[in-house]
Amino acid sequence: MASAFSAAKFSAQPFPLNHTSTTSHDSSIVFAKPTSLFLGSTRKLRLTSSSKFNLSRRSGTVDAVSDVVKQKKSKSSPSLLITKEEGLELYEDLVLGRAFEDMCAQMYYRGKMFGFVHLYNGQEAVSTGFIKLLKQQDSVVSTYRDHVHALSKGVPARAVMSELFGKTTGCCRGQGGSMHMFSREHNVLGGFAFIGEGIPIATGAAFTSKYKREVLKEADCDHVTLAFFGDGTCNNGQFFECLNMAALWKLPIVFVVENNLWAIGMSHLRATSDPQIYKKGPAFGMPGIHVDGMDVLKVREVAKEAIGRARRGEGPTLVECETYRFRGHSLADPDELRDPAEKAHYAARDPITALKKYLIENSLASEAELKTIEKKIDEVVEDAVEFADESPVPARSQLLENVFADPKGFGIGPDGRYRCEDPKFTEGTAHV
Amino acid sequence: MAAIFQGVGAAAPLSSSPSNSFDSNKSVFSPPRSFSVVRSDGIVNLNPKGRSAQRLISNAVATKADSPAASSSSKPGHELLLFEALQEGLEEEMERDPRVCVMGEDVGHYGGSYKVTKGLAKRFGDLRVLDTPIAENSFTGMGIGAAMTGLRPVIEGMNMGFLLLAFNQISNNCGMLHYTSGGQFTIPVVIRGPGGVGRQLGAEHSQRLESYFQSIPGIQMVACSTPYNAKGLMKAAIRSENPVILFEHVLLYNLKERIPDEDYICNLEEAEMVRPGEHVTILTYSRMRYHVMQAAKTLVNKGYDPEVIDIRSLKPFDLHTIGNSVKKTHRVLIVEECMRTGGIGASLTAAITENFNDYLDAPIMCLSSQDVPTPYAGTLEEVTVVQPAQIVTAVEQLCQ
Repeated sequence: MASAFSAAKFSAQPFPLNHTSTTSHDSSIVFAKPTSLFLGSTRKLRLTSSSKFNLSRRSGTVDAVSDVVKQKKSKSSPSLLITKEEGLELYEDLVLGRAFEDMCAQMYYRGKMFGFVHLYNGQEAVSTGFIKLLKQQDSVVSTYRDHVHALSKGVPARAVMSELFGKTTGCCRGQGGSMHMFSREHNVLGGFAFIGEGIPIATGAAFTSKYKREVLKEADCDHVTLAFFGDGTCNNGQFFECLNMAALWKLPIVFVVENNLWAIGMSHLRATSDPQIYKKGPAFGMPGIHVDGMDVLKVREVAKEAIGRARRGEGPTLVECETYRFRGHSLADPDELRDPAEKAHYAARDPITALKKYLIENSLASEAELKTIEKKIDEVVEDAVEFADESPVPARSQLLENVFADPKGFGIGPDGRYRCEDPKFTEGTAHV
Repeated sequence: MAAIFQGVGAAAPLSSSPSNSFDSNKSVFSPPRSFSVVRSDGIVNLNPKGRSAQRLISNAVATKADSPAASSSSKPGHELLLFEALQEGLEEEMERDPRVCVMGEDVGHYGGSYKVTKGLAKRFGDLRVLDTPIAENSFTGMGIGAAMTGLRPVIEGMNMGFLLLAFNQISNNCGMLHYTSGGQFTIPVVIRGPGGVGRQLGAEHSQRLESYFQSIPGIQMVACSTPYNAKGLMKAAIRSENPVILFEHVLLYNLKERIPDEDYICNLEEAEMVRPGEHVTILTYSRMRYHVMQAAKTLVNKGYDPEVIDIRSLKPFDLHTIGNSVKKTHRVLIVEECMRTGGIGASLTAAITENFNDYLDAPIMCLSSQDVPTPYAGTLEEVTVVQPAQIVTAVEQLCQ
């Protein structure tokens, strides 16, 4: 299927951050071991030297993104992709994501948070690369692996940490938890525990944007929605149904696939007949792009184009980010199935290390400046923990609040009054 | 199911008013009465934030002749069919608030499979009356996402049964998202569609989803049964900040009634007094209301005086209206179309027992549909649902 399109349509990214490390990588490592019991795709993803492989793989994509990228490449002298300011902003966001998640792990093992906690270590480039391009009114929809998406969008670390501790000062008053990060102010629309169920929500937010523009005549409404989800979700019906509707109505949405190759213990290759997810975009009439999700600058370039398309009303884009999670699926996952060689391969492509290298090599920042940022982030995270620790737990009276936006929904009691008018209701002791 | 209550005989009057005492010798035939709306203080809630006083607006069961004197509204009103009443309510709300939109299969160009959205797409455009692809879970979720970001969608399930495909979105997002977001996002959606047992539509098109949805926290459920309350509930549901599921019934769309010209809503949480009475409280909703009223004719001829209440609000129950009735009659019969197991009747029985046990002279009787997939054959389908004859027998048993 690579033959139909010329490889030149979409060639290697400019100034890849991991250029040197990948070409020296041993191309013979096999991550999917075909055995007689192996069920699933027999394709080998990410096994050969990535630049060569990327060429042939990406030739299946359809237009859109290549233009911006091609222009940059055609310049004979290398120009930088970011300014110093942008570079520092990106670096800070990457480090915040990493430091926060590491702290979560610590706090979990110390018994400060419970339940299912899914950490984002290793995938920061996707969140930073995309979300830092958004405006406040743009929306982000995520899955249960949502802490860093919320942080990148601007939700204060304090609010997220408190929510994880189950305190009333959390962004969702302690009622949502790790898998349900919401922020009206920053337009983070969740936080969903079941995979796939956030994608229609994102489609709805994009629908509102189009509706505002076309029905309510708010001509300048160009809000974009980003939907983040994983490789496992791409086999789910809601994914396909929403690709269809978004393309059909040209909704201002970008579907961002964080393909980290694993859905808990299920390898993407064992679950998917055609594991190249980006190819599913053109089947529905939208461009499908594949990008190296460990490289924040590459992600950012692709994101710029995709978000730009959406803002201009040209419709949705499917972006598949090749990425990896350094930790297990959740803090309860012993992570025994993944090949240590695979983990080492991606650890060597740590997005933070890569950006640091880029910034220093291109004289955009000094070691000292980056260290200052790291220190600042450490303080932010420490402060978040302190704040969360000192915050109060929800009182009993909070139990029945927020079940209904209009508490008349609890109905009329035997005495003829609405239950919510019962004084005991606010104490949380009313019988409903 | 209920043990037959023995020896009512001359019951001790439980209220001071002599007219309320049960006299076994009393001949109970009374001429058709005019009926008034639920709350005796006549308050109809127009403004969700406060209540504005409103005159009594009388209501009639569509099968009975409406006596003009019963109407206390000054204008003559207009006659229409139930599906037209729904459409009128929807259209008025769409005029009133540009954020109200409709989404569902065939709601636009086709006008709705039961014509509830007829003409709306022509008037409001294809984006406001959105024809969706066949993807219930996703377009319901899309509606919820749109609601979270400022719109007020009315999501139609072409048949309520299809919403089983949307259960993920209805339970997790519609019901719970307001809570898990700590109250940050509201979901003012209306999810509506026809359900219930029709005329030989087969098992899958004859489902009663109210029993499946009733446990979902955070949603309200209402069932309309007359053109009057159909329009009123539609409007109230759209104006509500809560997610509301509006259950319509396939066989009731062509009921005709005269409804007021002026703007009105029906309170979402209130039940409707259909026929005041003294001997027994019959609680019902949707289509079974008509089977009950038919049985009531027979019962009245036999000397009984049933009080019929259309509960309308399936979740939450209006325990005030229901409670007052139980306190008056001391006998309860629930007639529903849900299945016996885990239905609305089961919940209602529990709620009444919990709250009004002391007032009951007999165990609550609940007549529900059989726990079977609705058969295609007409004869079998008929015995799947509760028929008027069974209601008559049940009341006779209850009042022994």
